Amino acid sequence: MKLSGAEIIWESLIREGCALVFGYPGGAILPTYDALTKYPQIHHVLSRHEQGATHMADGFARASGQVGVVIATSGPGATNLVTGIATAMMDSSPIVCLTGQVARSAIGTDAFQETDVTGITLPITKHNYLVGDVRELAATIREAFHIARTGRPGPVLIDIPKDVQIEETEFEYPTDEIRLPGYRPVLAASDDEVQKAVEMIGESKKPLILAGHGVLMSGAVSELKAFAEAAQIPVALTLLGKGAISEHHPLCLGMMGMHGEACVNNAIQEADLLLAFGMRFDDRVTGALETYAPKSRKIHVEIDPSEINKNVEVDLGIVGDLKGVLGQLLPLVHRPSNPEWMEEIHRWKQDTFERDVINEDGKDKLLAAHVISDLWKYTGGNATTVTDVGQHQMWEAQYYPHDRPRTLITSGGLGTMGFGLPAAIGAKMASPEEEVWAIVGDGGFQMPMCELATAVQERVEVKIAIVNNGYLGMVRQWQEFFYEERYSATPLISPDFCKLAEAFGIPSIRVTQRDQVESAVAEARAHKGGPMLIDFVVEKHDVVYPMVPAGATLNEMIRRPTATPEMV
Amino acid sequence: MARHTLAALVENRPGVLSRVANLFRRRSFNLDSLTVGRTHDDEISRMTMVVDGSRQEAERLEKNLYKLINVIEVAHLDEKGSLMRDLALIKVSADIEKRREVIQLCDIFRARIIDVSQESMIIEMTGEETKIESFTELLQPIGIIEMVRTGVVAMGRGEHTLKHDAYTPQPALAGARKSVL
Repeated sequence: MKLSGAEIIWESLIREGCALVFGYPGGAILPTYDALTKYPQIHHVLSRHEQGATHMADGFARASGQVGVVIATSGPGATNLVTGIATAMMDSSPIVCLTGQVARSAIGTDAFQETDVTGITLPITKHNYLVGDVRELAATIREAFHIARTGRPGPVLIDIPKDVQIEETEFEYPTDEIRLPGYRPVLAASDDEVQKAVEMIGESKKPLILAGHGVLMSGAVSELKAFAEAAQIPVALTLLGKGAISEHHPLCLGMMGMHGEACVNNAIQEADLLLAFGMRFDDRVTGALETYAPKSRKIHVEIDPSEINKNVEVDLGIVGDLKGVLGQLLPLVHRPSNPEWMEEIHRWKQDTFERDVINEDGKDKLLAAHVISDLWKYTGGNATTVTDVGQHQMWEAQYYPHDRPRTLITSGGLGTMGFGLPAAIGAKMASPEEEVWAIVGDGGFQMPMCELATAVQERVEVKIAIVNNGYLGMVRQWQEFFYEERYSATPLISPDFCKLAEAFGIPSIRVTQRDQVESAVAEARAHKGGPMLIDFVVEKHDVVYPMVPAGATLNEMIRRPTATPEMV
Repeated sequence: MARHTLAALVENRPGVLSRVANLFRRRSFNLDSLTVGRTHDDEISRMTMVVDGSRQEAERLEKNLYKLINVIEVAHLDEKGSLMRDLALIKVSADIEKRREVIQLCDIFRARIIDVSQESMIIEMTGEETKIESFTELLQPIGIIEMVRTGVVAMGRGEHTLKHDAYTPQPALAGARKSVL
């Protein structure tokens, strides 16, 4: 059967299981959009900005575990994808981006809306392609999906010249083995590695698991729980690792790192064995590398070999898929229990509870931490939350415990402001039965604000909680701590978010006191047929505690000042 | 700091060179030279990279090369077990009076004179980098007009062979599994 390149694109996407794409049309991708009319089984979501489309696809991928698909035109359409692709790259999120390109004969002539998008995205994609022949198109799309979703997942971009979309060729979707001689992800640990790990675990008195995003991506949640329980090892989470184990599990300590709980960071510094599972020792979780976890031996299980010994030298590096490797370790692992270690951790935990901002009455002011905690309470702790980046993101991480995987979606590695709202739209479209909340700051909300229109057009029932403190709060916090309170370019004058919502046809509520939170959340939960927005006007000068200053040792934390004297 | 020589087999496709070249800047590796050329297999090119850095950095580079989808095999070549060669073309100013001196130097260094004109000669020299450097040092006072070098190409001796076995459908573990024990 002879098909045009444009038709081959849709046929191939369907064969890769894709039924939903996020995109924005334009000149060089017109043939593909024209062919879309023949494929009613594919639903296309029109974003209001291409960057929004990438975040939607990313949110879709993180919520569903499937590949998110983005489509855009050449030139400005393609360059607008860049931030979204870099975000997906840093957090290993599988997305495939299809961009139109000027016709082959015009490439290199600075034609209208021409840009070298494969060059631009080279360092921020797992791989990318410029399709030079329509006969290679189907195989390229198939390879792109394979690369995006296997090994350490990541974004793949395919640039398709306009004339390749128009040209016809015989279509048959390849079914043979994908031939990528240079792409051979290692999945299993060797017997030697397993034995060494079992020995090290058996010898440890104060072991600690550091669980990262890899646990979720690998689908190793039940294996992690079984492993932690069998060996009686407490679990600390990275930001993206939240959901790897229920945060109400007795062995779960909570989040580590710059805004992690002091009890967790203390445990890392005092542990004699760290088991790093599917995480990458980012500077936001290690603090100063020279003084990081000095008393411990370290085992690192990670699918990407280049992550092992990158930031932290480890005693045993195991390259492999976490689900499989934990399955290999589970029947062999044995460790005499050490109640003293658990008691030590428990004492640190007590201290954390005593200092908690939750203990403040908050009668005369609305504290963001209280808003998040109440949101947790009134959603039964069971919503999928999608955050933007900044203070509200850290408060979410601290005060919204997650019990299930893939229920916190947040930009960790790149820290992309503007991610929250579009990613929440994508996440809700991936799982329409889930209750999805976009928790965003007043700064990050205004970046992709136009995507409200997308949510309305698609009738996406996403709940939007703006944590509105009139500042770029996290930057303001750094200015308060490290720049002698010179608040350079951080105060924000924002529109009336409720009136703005009204202009989009979105119902909204403004909350200024804590006793209004419950009813507002209830109203938002009950709303059907489209988005709903709550503007939480919170305390302006609040600070996220605790905090490890950049470059400081992990347990040298700035603690809440009202608390008892410093402890380490 | 030390010099490390890595050889890589890569798929012979457009854009592979820029992917590899980009890696050095992206991950802050100190690249001394990079050469690329075809092999006896049309589908495969071979690159030789010389970098300055610690052993850990060289290992990090090796792992990052493997991350590139089009890179098939990588070897970290040690100096003793491999041959390393650089080729230089050197145009020296050599009128009739200076010719004898240049010819003598070429004899000593086993360099070849491949072009002679009224005022200059072009010398071709192959050898280890240090040999080329001492040769050019001696030519300097005579007068080097122009010079070009290929950068190092390298190959392991004897059984140390960098090869790409015919593709097998099972995921081959050997290449990507570097000893991190």
